[in-house]
Amino acid sequence: MDFTMPARAEDFRAEVQQFLAEHLTGEMIAATRDGTIHSPALHRAIADRGWLSGAVPAELGGGGMDPVELCVLLEELQLHQAPADALGVAVVAVSMILEHGRDHLRGTVAPRLMSGEVLACLGYSEPESGSDVAAARTRAVRDGDRWVINGSKMWTTLAHVADYVLLLTRTDPEVPKHRGLTFFVVPLDTAGIEIQAVETMGNERSNATFYDDVVLGDEWRLGEVNDGWTVMKTALKYERGIAGGQFPSPPVIEAAVDWARRARRADGSRPIDDDEVRNKLVRAMIDVEVCRSFAYHTAALASEGTMFGVEGSMTKLFASESYKKHCAWFLDMMGAEGLLTHDDPGAHMDGLIEEHFRHAPVTAIYGGTSEINRNLVAEGWLGLPRSRS
Amino acid sequence: MAEAFGDLFAREATPEAVRAAEAGCGFDPDLWGKLAAAGAPGMAVGVADGGGGASLVDLAVVVHEWGRRIAPVPLVEHAVCARLLTSVGGQRDLVTAVTSGELIATLAPGPVEPGGTALLVPAGAVADVVAARRGDDIVVARGRPPGAARPNTADLPLADRDLSGAETVASGAAAASVWDRALAEWKALMAVAYAGLAGEVLSMGVAYTKQRHQFGVPVGSFQAVQHGLADAATRSEGARLLAFRAVSAVDAGRADGARLASMALLFGAESARFAADRVLQYHGGYGYSAEYDVQLYYRRAAGWLLQLGEPAAEIAKLADADLGPKAV
Repeated sequence: MDFTMPARAEDFRAEVQQFLAEHLTGEMIAATRDGTIHSPALHRAIADRGWLSGAVPAELGGGGMDPVELCVLLEELQLHQAPADALGVAVVAVSMILEHGRDHLRGTVAPRLMSGEVLACLGYSEPESGSDVAAARTRAVRDGDRWVINGSKMWTTLAHVADYVLLLTRTDPEVPKHRGLTFFVVPLDTAGIEIQAVETMGNERSNATFYDDVVLGDEWRLGEVNDGWTVMKTALKYERGIAGGQFPSPPVIEAAVDWARRARRADGSRPIDDDEVRNKLVRAMIDVEVCRSFAYHTAALASEGTMFGVEGSMTKLFASESYKKHCAWFLDMMGAEGLLTHDDPGAHMDGLIEEHFRHAPVTAIYGGTSEINRNLVAEGWLGLPRSRS
Repeated sequence: MAEAFGDLFAREATPEAVRAAEAGCGFDPDLWGKLAAAGAPGMAVGVADGGGGASLVDLAVVVHEWGRRIAPVPLVEHAVCARLLTSVGGQRDLVTAVTSGELIATLAPGPVEPGGTALLVPAGAVADVVAARRGDDIVVARGRPPGAARPNTADLPLADRDLSGAETVASGAAAASVWDRALAEWKALMAVAYAGLAGEVLSMGVAYTKQRHQFGVPVGSFQAVQHGLADAATRSEGARLLAFRAVSAVDAGRADGARLASMALLFGAESARFAADRVLQYHGGYGYSAEYDVQLYYRRAAGWLLQLGEPAAEIAKLADADLGPKAV
């Protein structure tokens, strides 16, 4: 039994750090201020390095990277604040296509996603359905060997830079909700698709996408008709493997330490010498070590070939909730100065903590809300009775 | 091995046995005898010293089961002190008697004055051997244990011990590194014990809320209850993983071992207290009654950590190490 990272992972960490030193620039990070957490150059470089295809499971035809190394890659990307939102989506999309797609999707879309040449986005949520994802109402109606799609999707983040959307549609409204769903891979340049920006409190840009008599050949269908829930479940499975997101706090803590060393209070003292500040910093560092323990454990499970489930929910729940708490603590620590945004020339570290404070809430919402994750822990880990239908 | 000890603790360290020990000084001599016969007290002492040669991680797996049953025997203090005695060398007879469990050993976590008394020593009520830090030395006192504890929240065998006759067994840099390692081992192992405690208290919570009906449905079907238990389970699992990671790091002598051990203990205690609090709450009035077992766990969840001293002092030490000392 070993609970620490094996030596090979630390060798790989050095490799990733070297890669980031060469390919990740301050400009790339600054460019995300436009709201799009994606850098085409970085995405291509990661793909060229073989890490995108590598993250796709070997049994599907991907590189089958060691999950422990994948964990290190995701950790380092996040510690360096690399704009890599498209990476996880691409890996999930490729995995879904390789598992459920037929020749057309496997031959044309998957290889170009793996090479980083094209991007995908996810079309699950709708204006009326978020956590209850199987309640999707976007309709796909068969017309000979074509499909006609009408409806709308919410939170199709990256749609404005992506080439494809993985679209969850309703193909049979007469049967129980999980049994009338079908997935499609839809080229975003198809006639009838409209993309509207959704601005957020965190400056991140998401999208609402609208589908008005979008006509699609049957070759774009992913999985069997009315079997979309099976495809959805594999998406959730692959999402866990590439989830990342366990290390949002370290940059915030580093910035807080930096501020606490530099700032001077009215009496001339430094915040870093205040016990309350030190207590919060230590507690945040402990939370980071808990996140790290979760991440290494799930990676080790995956490495042994054990598919983890609820552990992923626990990791995400703990990481996002503690991140929110840390952002609030350190915003408060700075008093009025904490409120200054990066537009203010005097903002500490370009307003890093303030920016994280506005970003943090979404992490407890997207990719499974904290409430859904608590339900999954209650049912799947503790064995409590199901409390909803 | 873990399974065998797990069975032994489940069979012998029953809630009835825990309550019986509470009527005395928080110690169950029969259980200690059985553990000694099974080789537990010296399992993580080297074979050359007559021990079982198990690693700290192996010991931790047993400690997890010990924590699960809040077993009234000083397994962790004893095991850590036994390893300390072997690493300072010499005193063959003492090492042999401690390794076999014939003598019970412990350590006083706080520094003691020359000729002074160590207050509230963990397992002080029953330990024949007490190791302590005095100035730059490690000292060891041998003597009859008082056999009575100072009455306390968690019914732990805490007692004051006169260390005026203690003998120096290590000094200077060697003493510092042995002592720091012993404390790190105690913290990491107690963090694992806390994971065991939290796991068991959560099992109680799940069993009770599935069986207890109110408003015509199981209490455990209410989301308010489910989400409290889910938060407790999540923190407790994180605490368990961090605790074992800390044990691995301490065992391997890694530079971050002491830091992780301290963090694991603080987080483990906090998570276990949160779990015990939620489970007591979801038992309603019965959770508060002496008849139910939750209260046994609730009190120990608070007590184990405080044997070390103030949590704030532990946090301050972590802060000094990670942030540099405070300006004065």
